[in-house]
Amino acid sequence: MVNSVTNMRMEVKNLNFYYGRNLALKNINMGIENNKVTAVIGPSGCGKSTFIRILNRMNDIIIGSRVEGEILLDGDNIYAPQVDVVDIRRKIGMVFQKSNPFPKSIFDNIAYGLKINGISNKTEITDRVEMSLKNSALWEEVRDRLDDNAFELSGGQQQRLCIARALAIEPEVILFDEPCSALDPISTAKIEELINQLKERYTIAIVTHNMQQAARISDYTGFFLLGELIEFDKTEKIFTNPSQKQTEDYITGRFG
Amino acid sequence: MTRLERNERLIKIALFVIACSAVSILAVITIFIFSEGTPIMFKYGLRSFLLGLDWYPSEQSFGLLPMIIGSVMVTFGSLLVGVPFGLACAIFLTEFSSRRLRHILKPIIELLAGIPSVVYGFIGVVILVPFIRETLGGPGLSVLAASIILGIMILPTIISISIDSLQAVPRSYREGSIALGATKWQTTKMVILPAAKSGIIASIILGMGRAIGETMAVIMIAGNAINIPRSVLDPVRTLTSNIALEMGYASGEHRQALFATGVILFIIIMILNTIANATSVKGKAAK
Repeated sequence: MVNSVTNMRMEVKNLNFYYGRNLALKNINMGIENNKVTAVIGPSGCGKSTFIRILNRMNDIIIGSRVEGEILLDGDNIYAPQVDVVDIRRKIGMVFQKSNPFPKSIFDNIAYGLKINGISNKTEITDRVEMSLKNSALWEEVRDRLDDNAFELSGGQQQRLCIARALAIEPEVILFDEPCSALDPISTAKIEELINQLKERYTIAIVTHNMQQAARISDYTGFFLLGELIEFDKTEKIFTNPSQKQTEDYITGRFG
Repeated sequence: MTRLERNERLIKIALFVIACSAVSILAVITIFIFSEGTPIMFKYGLRSFLLGLDWYPSEQSFGLLPMIIGSVMVTFGSLLVGVPFGLACAIFLTEFSSRRLRHILKPIIELLAGIPSVVYGFIGVVILVPFIRETLGGPGLSVLAASIILGIMILPTIISISIDSLQAVPRSYREGSIALGATKWQTTKMVILPAAKSGIIASIILGMGRAIGETMAVIMIAGNAINIPRSVLDPVRTLTSNIALEMGYASGEHRQALFATGVILFIIIMILNTIANATSVKGKAAK
């Protein structure tokens, strides 16, 4: 299955993940191709959100969790003991299910990531805030109100602000954990369009419970069921000619 | 009306009467303090009370300024001790310690609030006062001693309320910050603390209220001399000590002047509580 991916940015090898004694993910193998969108689909509780959080070590903050196997970014294992986890999260950004701007101004929400990464030059911060807002297609809507509190934005705008926040620190990979699940169709369409543009410069992995969304925006799709990766292939193949019976049942709506 | 309904009504009325009497007892106390204390303030003039330097009750001189300054100094000093320690402790317990340690330590810290103030005062007299006298000079009974002991006494208030407000900060803020490559300390300093600011301020003001109202421990270690201290090693008398020390033998105008002291204390504490309530309500509205 993995062989279909040619230019791998990240690679997951023999991954097992435990919550306490509970094996939540079983022997996952897949690749994430450079400058492509890789979607992860599956019914609720199949482990897809857990999986994507493992890709930038967000699961580290869960007490009692354990990872086996390897996750490579450009060939280096991100779970190797000498790796700086903070550095990994800078390289692999994340956008969450529920938009989570900080209780700060729009400007400060983006400047925060720059400041913690040691950028203190004001002009550079201003330039990069503007650049990230343009890249997340939010600039035109907020250019006159950068000092407003981020909570005054609509849900879709808040989510794009979170994307801008992730873009500002120039990651290599961006992970999206069901970014549209709380949004209306118009805001969803905007985010999908944005993801489509972003893949020119970034490598993207997205978890979604929405199969149509995966079909629309992704190049590769992995189907998870009960903690196992049932099938992973080109999106076109998964949705037109899946090789596994369970995949076919899921995408034709027989369960899930 | 059935018997059940009649019982129900009876209980309701009984509870109402009890609730009213609790409130009215407080109201009566307040009215009593003000009716005893305010006439003498107006008789000799508010100015001579608030700004007078001399307190000689037998010679009709009722200047409270040294005591007001004393209360302010001791309270401010206790905040200098209590706030950094309390806040650091609250941050450690919510952001850096394991959940198990927090579940053990938080109840213990809250237990500290239950230790009688005379015990704190006793520890001050036996350990702290001689220590200050020997190492820093002066009588030992001083602003410094009172500040340190009061600072320790307000720790439970500050720690416990700060922990609550830090824990109320949504987990999504922490995740958002960590996902950007922030360290725990950066997240705490730049995201969590600003978000919990109103609760932390409320904890400080409540601690301040406790410090300014504390009497027993302060009497034991502050020295109680009526003068404006020149350094933190000088003895000092607070408003509360003034009332407690002289109430036993005061009569006539002297007694009324002590009630006036109480009125001033009452007003200061009411102002502090109002500010505390306003900031915590504002914090909730913002969320």
